[in-house]
Amino acid sequence: MARKKRGMPGINSSSTADIAFMLLIFFLTTTSMDTDRGLARRLPAPPENKDQKQDDIKVKERNVLQVRLNKDDQLMCGTDYIDVKQLKEKAKEFIANPYDDENLPEKHKKNIPLLGDCMVTEMHVISVQNDVGTSYQAYIDVQNELVAAYNELRNELGKSKFGKLYNECNEDEQKAIRDYYPQKISEAEPKKYGGK
Amino acid sequence: MGKFNKTGKRGMPELNTSSLPDLIFTMLFFFMIVTTMREVTLKVQFQVPQGTELEKLEKKSLVSFIYIGKPMPEFQKKMGAESRIQLNDKFAEVAEVQDYIYQERENMKEEDQPFMTVSLKVDKDTKMGIVQDVKQALRQSYALKINYSATQRQ
Repeated sequence: MARKKRGMPGINSSSTADIAFMLLIFFLTTTSMDTDRGLARRLPAPPENKDQKQDDIKVKERNVLQVRLNKDDQLMCGTDYIDVKQLKEKAKEFIANPYDDENLPEKHKKNIPLLGDCMVTEMHVISVQNDVGTSYQAYIDVQNELVAAYNELRNELGKSKFGKLYNECNEDEQKAIRDYYPQKISEAEPKKYGGK
Repeated sequence: MGKFNKTGKRGMPELNTSSLPDLIFTMLFFFMIVTTMREVTLKVQFQVPQGTELEKLEKKSLVSFIYIGKPMPEFQKKMGAESRIQLNDKFAEVAEVQDYIYQERENMKEEDQPFMTVSLKVDKDTKMGIVQDVKQALRQSYALKINYSATQRQ
């Protein structure tokens, strides 16, 4: 039975390119390259039980910045009406309290690694209160301005202490900066003035 | 000068296309990796607000979405023109948000659960009342990491 070795006939692969092309086009059309972006926030944990709701944390009046939004999207910061564009400066002044003003948050001595002993306004709280009828865009504008205020302060501190922006600092430096300017935005329950 | 004599027509050399499938495959794999399929059909219409201090939403597998907006025109007859919540593929009430979060959390790997993020895609003209209700529900279900979806303002 001396048979000649036949050998496998090669598979014709000239159409792999076409198949791959088809798959490619499918994924090209279904792909969405735009990454989702947004304002990252953290909600406070829910109250453990109803009795505890009235927390006994008393905050001194000078440590609180009241930001209120009414149903017509008018913004009130402290005691006067302001424009959204002014909010960032107001918030920055409030958070940093550069001249140790008596009406702005009190400062405490705190030892922060890498920065040493500093006077920080740890106790400050920015309280955002909105109405049920406030529009979402106005709410985001306010949140955005407040986050911008923190970011600018952190960048300024990073520049002066480490010579670079907050985002460019390494983890330890970022943590030090975060300790210096902790983000404290609290959101009160919305007020309901009748009807939707 | 015999060296430079042209002897006969040379013709174009054939282009070697044997590596073409490999090239295409490389591109294919690239797109397969970056692609994200939209797994829900939108039943509400929304235009997210604009902001400047935005962060990228990373790790898509850890993110659950909640859509709030006006129903699409074809559903408006049934649902009315008020802002509604959409979870997965259907309209939902605020009370269902908690169940949805628990369900989403169940589907995650256990080590990933603390990093769960909820992305709120809310139309910019929505009233805060409904958003606030959803936020309270999220608080109750300990989904504390949230992300207000927005687009970059130029």
